[in-house]
Amino acid sequence: MPHVAIPSLLRNLTDGEESVTLPGTTIREVIDNLEHRYPGMKARLCEADRIKPGIAVYVNGILTRGAIRERIAEDAEIHFLPAIGGGMSEPLPHQDSELT
Amino acid sequence: MSEKKEYKVIGTRPIRHDGVDKVTGRALYGADFQIAGLLHGRVLRSPHAHARIVSIDTSRAEAYPGVKGIVTAQDLPDPADKVADLGEGAVNLKYLCDNILARDKVLYKGHAVAAVAATSPHIAEEACTLIDVAYEVLPPVLEVRQAMEPDAPLLHENLKTTSLGETADEPSNVASHLQYKKGAPEKGFAEADVVIEREFVTGTVHQGYIEPHNATALYNPDGHLTIWCSTQGAFTVREQVAEILQYPISKIKVVPMEIGGGFGGKISVYIKPVAALLAMKTGKPVKVLMNRTDVFEGTGPTPASYIRVKMGATKAGKVTAAEAYLAFEAGAYPGSPVGPGAMCIFAPYNIENVLIDGYDVVVNKPKTAPYRAPGATNAAFGSETILDELAERLEIDPLEIRLMNGAKEGDRRADGPIYPRIGYIETVEAAKQHPHYAAPNGKKHHGRGVASGFWFNIGLESSVTINVNVDGTINLVEGSTDIGGTRASIAMQAAEVLGIPAESVNPSVVDTNSVGYTAVTGGSRTTYATGYAAYEAAQDVKRQMIARAAKLWEVDEANVQFADGEFSCINGKEEQISFRDLCARLGETGGPVVGSGTVNPGGAGGAFATHVVDVEVDEETGKVEILRYTATQDAGKAIHPSYVEGQIQGGVVQGIGWALNEEYIYDAEGTMTNASFLDYRMPTCLDLPMIDTVIVEVPNPGHPYGVRGVGEVPIIPPPAAIANAIYDAVGIRMTELPMSPERLLKAIGTI
Repeated sequence: MPHVAIPSLLRNLTDGEESVTLPGTTIREVIDNLEHRYPGMKARLCEADRIKPGIAVYVNGILTRGAIRERIAEDAEIHFLPAIGGGMSEPLPHQDSELT
Repeated sequence: MSEKKEYKVIGTRPIRHDGVDKVTGRALYGADFQIAGLLHGRVLRSPHAHARIVSIDTSRAEAYPGVKGIVTAQDLPDPADKVADLGEGAVNLKYLCDNILARDKVLYKGHAVAAVAATSPHIAEEACTLIDVAYEVLPPVLEVRQAMEPDAPLLHENLKTTSLGETADEPSNVASHLQYKKGAPEKGFAEADVVIEREFVTGTVHQGYIEPHNATALYNPDGHLTIWCSTQGAFTVREQVAEILQYPISKIKVVPMEIGGGFGGKISVYIKPVAALLAMKTGKPVKVLMNRTDVFEGTGPTPASYIRVKMGATKAGKVTAAEAYLAFEAGAYPGSPVGPGAMCIFAPYNIENVLIDGYDVVVNKPKTAPYRAPGATNAAFGSETILDELAERLEIDPLEIRLMNGAKEGDRRADGPIYPRIGYIETVEAAKQHPHYAAPNGKKHHGRGVASGFWFNIGLESSVTINVNVDGTINLVEGSTDIGGTRASIAMQAAEVLGIPAESVNPSVVDTNSVGYTAVTGGSRTTYATGYAAYEAAQDVKRQMIARAAKLWEVDEANVQFADGEFSCINGKEEQISFRDLCARLGETGGPVVGSGTVNPGGAGGAFATHVVDVEVDEETGKVEILRYTATQDAGKAIHPSYVEGQIQGGVVQGIGWALNEEYIYDAEGTMTNASFLDYRMPTCLDLPMIDTVIVEVPNPGHPYGVRGVGEVPIIPPPAAIANAIYDAVGIRMTELPMSPERLLKAIGTI
């Protein structure tokens, strides 16, 4: 099952748990399962049906392009990180092509 | 991937394809552009750092002879609170638009308020003085800690701090808070034998590109808009202009002219939408040029910052815990590079327990823009100084402590990702083995310092098209602005695939209508990603040429092999033909061959650098002389070693300027008092020794030739390395940048 690293700023929702293993074949399913286990998580991560501006999703260390629709492998490692503002010379440029 | 792969073209040093044009002055830059009926634009800028715009009356200027059009924010579509994805993450469109032409408030001295198009630049300038703007002047906030105070004047009444999806209730100048945590920092510090904590302050610094911003816009009655300009990315200009003007992207063509430097500062748009707006209003082509003062006051520098770093280590030199607090000035609108700074600050080291907090804070200065490894230089100034102090306290060689704690493949960074194959340790070893490090350096007031740096590098989208010519050459069409010789480094990767000389490739950087989408030249991505696209396009050509050879020899394609520029038949026929000779027979085998490659690679690989510097400190004048400088860097694979060396040397020089001289100096009202190259002191060749470079090659598994980006990481170590050298020379820890003569004399106690 995918392995999710809980960002330190969200650990108040997980009683301090730093990482969890959850079922899911897409980021959306993983977030739904996170919400089921830790109510309030989805509201921190999503806005309507997409990842919030300001949050980036990494799968196995690589920024996802498909965001919430991204398909993930069974042993994927997922990180929710602050999306970086401030320009292109940065590691987290595209986050969700539907933002516009 | 073999680390010792042999190449024919890669690793050689051909003359760059644009070299003759550049050295003979024939290369065309934006300011050179001419077109019939050209009008000249000029921007009116705010004299106040913080003020409410009460009214703008343009009637006197409109009546001035020669004036053809005036625009203000009222001519821009209302951006409301829309969020746009402009290839640089989510961007609040109102902030983007308000920075182009202020709507309600001016937020920094130099903020654009209106623009005039006239028949001459002088008339346009004169007309600007006839625009009457009534301001309600407000108190400015010019420093990050001051801006974070609860009672600080607010720049934006609706800005509230966000913290990973959570928004605060009350407005604040703190736009966002981020945090990375790994392990248990408190436990790590308890295990340490030595703990050191210091505060650091860095100044506002400009990229200092020699060519000011420029833009010429032409609006056709059929609705098509063309913009000729200096930019690091024609496609991002197209996207930003489309969003700001709410205009169809398909009707905008951006033509990148040659660029006289950018270093991250020519990604954001400033006068391009203004030129477009003036062209649309007047129906004439309009050229807008910045002067140097406009560039300093009206474009994005890199932020000033306040940083607090704490690190602990055992007697044996093992770093057990590290903490950092980074507060970066975003300028007038949110979006400082505090994120990358936070991600880079301890990245060269494998530290078990880490806590990093970052704050993005608005102040009444120009909206910051990227500058070569944005955020990382500020951050490393703190961490690399503390590590030096730990080494000194523990009586461990400063390179040795870096080797003991250095990050390797499989280690996890504090922000989460696990390193693939990286070459940090190799850069430290290269520095340690360099004759510079063994050379005597014991004279009075002479000192030696070292520091390391890390930068992510990025991938992103790149597209390349290759047209095969009948004479055996190829025309390579790309969308990456050439900064630092990338035409050559991209062409060489295609040449390597096709077994032809680099000189047989004719590279062209073209407009947004003429090549597939290509992201900016930035993030040290061009030789990596556009080179990758060139590799793929050349592979496409190779596949098609194999089919042509098979057709020529009437054999199956599987019976044709290609190596070293020669096609040969492997089914018993003794057929052989060179790439060049096969090109001459394209007509009889099916016609033209066009190859294309589009990539969006995720494996940019990180870049590390380790620097050694010797300085002499004059205790009477406070001047720091750079005596010797050696920079080692992992380039993955150096496609064109001369241009890798050039990037390293250029980065070091900019880092030296940042360390010793460069900063925006403001008066109490928020006016920059040194907005010219006479007063904003950048280093020249007279200030510098030869920068010695050592290219380390640890291939990046994310690129077919092992390339890692090289442009940004060399700017990161110099301020810390020089601060450490100053300490070695005079026993004073400098914690504020720049380490100018005045600050040094104060620290020494001379004044």
